[in-house]
Amino acid sequence: MQMEFEVKGMDFKSAGEASAKIKKALQLVGMEIDTVRRAVIVAYEAEMNIVIHARQGTLTAKVHPDRVEIEAKDEGPGIPDIELAFQEGYSTAPEHVREMGFGAGMGLPNIKKFSNELEINSELDIGTRLKTIIFNQVSGE
Amino acid sequence: MLDIDVSSGFGCDLISDSLCFSRPDCLLITGLTNVQIVRVADMVEAKAILFVRGKKPGPEVIQLAEEHKLPLLVTNRFLFESCGILYQHGLHSS
Repeated sequence: MQMEFEVKGMDFKSAGEASAKIKKALQLVGMEIDTVRRAVIVAYEAEMNIVIHARQGTLTAKVHPDRVEIEAKDEGPGIPDIELAFQEGYSTAPEHVREMGFGAGMGLPNIKKFSNELEINSELDIGTRLKTIIFNQVSGE
Repeated sequence: MLDIDVSSGFGCDLISDSLCFSRPDCLLITGLTNVQIVRVADMVEAKAILFVRGKKPGPEVIQLAEEHKLPLLVTNRFLFESCGILYQHGLHSS
């Protein structure tokens, strides 16, 4: 099963809808509770990264019996220093976004923490592509 | 709607932490009043949201909460005090 969602930059009203739909689908096909929890955290953080930082993008979930693959592809500024972006607490989110409870610098660190495999490619002024795999298993953190 | 049981409480003013650390059936206690806190509450399967520091959610937030059948509560108390009172009365942490 594969689901793909369009995600718009700075659209905080619809943001999170794609992740909520991914969650419902994962529950419907009977993925483990812990897998659903981890996949939803990864999907939501990836979705919010597009909303906060990019012009637009797509969030894709591919569901296999043994794993969930979450991919986020965006057209945006790209990440100049990927290592720095994975540092807990580092954020480039603007002030009005921080006031909404974002910008704590935990987006990419959480994606790394809750996924089993992660690949990220970014080109400045073009965009970022993030691929993650979450294995369907009971424990995992 | 108010006759519900919550299994735990989680108090926080950050979206990411609310998503990662709160548990299903919890009461989410927060000063965040934008729609994203309702989306997070839905995703973590929280039973209700308690807004602290007298913050009142706007119509968009109330509408989305109604769609998700999620009760919204408001108190003038601060986050720490709200959590303390609930903890004293037997509500434990997520």
